[in-house]
Amino acid sequence: MLEFPSSTLRLRTPEGIAFDLPLAGPMSRLLAWAVDALLIGVLCSLVGSLLALLGWVVRDLAAAVTLIAFFLIQFGYGILLEWRWRGQTLGKRLVRLRVVDATGHKLQFSQVVLRNLLRAVDILPGSYLVGGIACCLSPRAQRLGDFAANTVVVRIPKHTQPDLTQLFAGRYNSLRSRPHLCARLRQEVTPAEAAVALQALLRREQLDPAARTALFSELAERFRSRVPFPEDLTAGLSEEQYVRNVAEVITAGGKIQEP
Amino acid sequence: MILDLEQFLKSGRPLWTELESMVERMEENPRWRPTLPEATRLHYLYERTAADLGRLTTFACEPSTSRYLESLVARAHGEIHDRRNATDRFRPVREFFQNFPRAVRRHRRCLAGSLAATVAGVLFGVASLLLDPDSRYATMAYGHDAQTPSQRVQQEESRSGMGVAGAQAQFAGYLMTHNMRVSLTTMALGMTGGVGTVVSLFYNGVILGSIAADYVADGQAAFLAGWILPHGTVEIPAIVIAGQAGLLLGAALIGRGSREPLRHRLSAVRTDLLTLVTGVAGLLIWAGLVEGFFSQYHEPVLPYSLKITFGLLELVVLSLFLIRGGAGTDGPDANPIPPP
Repeated sequence: MLEFPSSTLRLRTPEGIAFDLPLAGPMSRLLAWAVDALLIGVLCSLVGSLLALLGWVVRDLAAAVTLIAFFLIQFGYGILLEWRWRGQTLGKRLVRLRVVDATGHKLQFSQVVLRNLLRAVDILPGSYLVGGIACCLSPRAQRLGDFAANTVVVRIPKHTQPDLTQLFAGRYNSLRSRPHLCARLRQEVTPAEAAVALQALLRREQLDPAARTALFSELAERFRSRVPFPEDLTAGLSEEQYVRNVAEVITAGGKIQEP
Repeated sequence: MILDLEQFLKSGRPLWTELESMVERMEENPRWRPTLPEATRLHYLYERTAADLGRLTTFACEPSTSRYLESLVARAHGEIHDRRNATDRFRPVREFFQNFPRAVRRHRRCLAGSLAATVAGVLFGVASLLLDPDSRYATMAYGHDAQTPSQRVQQEESRSGMGVAGAQAQFAGYLMTHNMRVSLTTMALGMTGGVGTVVSLFYNGVILGSIAADYVADGQAAFLAGWILPHGTVEIPAIVIAGQAGLLLGAALIGRGSREPLRHRLSAVRTDLLTLVTGVAGLLIWAGLVEGFFSQYHEPVLPYSLKITFGLLELVVLSLFLIRGGAGTDGPDANPIPPP
């Protein structure tokens, strides 16, 4: 299977904070381009039809304006939209892609123009072969125009604030009656283990019943081996409830709860 | 140590929401400028959110919150660290009349390289036609190999201007867009390290040289000068300047003699590339109009002397424009990047 080198672009802010931008792969870009190409075709045919009406009055001028309009639509579409829509054309909007500066800064006009003008070489010898190959080989999934303009195309998945509090809200947690054990638990469990438990709880509805049982059994066993709680506190708790209580103790602070 | 996620989310959420709404406002209206208190608040929120992301990454592995904060910090980072300034606004008239001649002069070594490639092509075209007349079928384009220059002159003079009568504007539009495509391709081929640009310029030169040699050898030099000069004195320099842009791009790519990283080299020439392309477009619009509405009229409608004088006058004006234009509006011309 062909493996594209694109994954993420890691940026580091002056404050020392690193974050990743997910790079768009060639196929999603191809899809966005197909939408844009279709739109350019539709625009050209609309403009052509309108100017054909003008041709009844001034035929020569209408033909000249048509030629120039086609040229401007072809080259200006990407430039205008990417500039006005901050790195997006209609195709990129639909596929949720955006052109950004490779250093994470705002796009400059010269970057937008250059990456669009260099389509002239990316499109060679036809069907964006040069650009496509460059995109597949480049570690940042850049076609030649992106390379010259120092831009990358990133995916913009919709990120909303996750609501984790609902996971633990209003539930009795018997483990909290032993604060010293809870403190030990928070010391012993690593962040990675806590994350696994949290993700297992968040995604539990998506799991196959057998897999769900097996996963929570394994997690419960692991946490029990780290810090054993008295049996009277865990009696009657299912493996999943046990993991949920442990996750709450680990990730939701040191509240003391009386039984 | 594991982060108290519940407390962390409770304390951070209002600030993240506030930052998100400010970033959305800036994204929706790029011209929005915050007041000092708003800017201070924005900076605080950004730093606080960035610090939250740092804490979350270090002390907890909660991917959905991390992704959300990463995306928010990335957006805010892009808005806050803005490298644009007032001069980044594109003003085509100023670009053409002030920045364009200066950009041409600033990269004169690339211009010399582009001119040399074109002249080499012209000489090759002349030599090939004189040494091997049959090469005209390979070196000539646009139907010039279909008839002899004398036949063409006779045909053109008999219908002077009638060949495009009623379609001058369409012809001019075709020439503008066609030449613009050729120029853009020549510039874009700079991404081959300038090799593609040189090949394109050389090929254009070969066509020009072989056609010129053909007409001169057939005793039609006056017709040729009267036909080519009115638009060619602007069109040919425009293509050469497009080649200059291509070589500039190639030079930045190769970076011979420069210790700057590739990204910086490309960034350094980006604005000049845009300026050169703007200038080329302006020149080609003029050349297209002249070729469509003036060059196609021959004797007896228009005397060749008039057309030649007009062409030479244009050449003088263009030369003066490129040599003196935009002078005094900026510091001394420099050539930071040598040609490949």
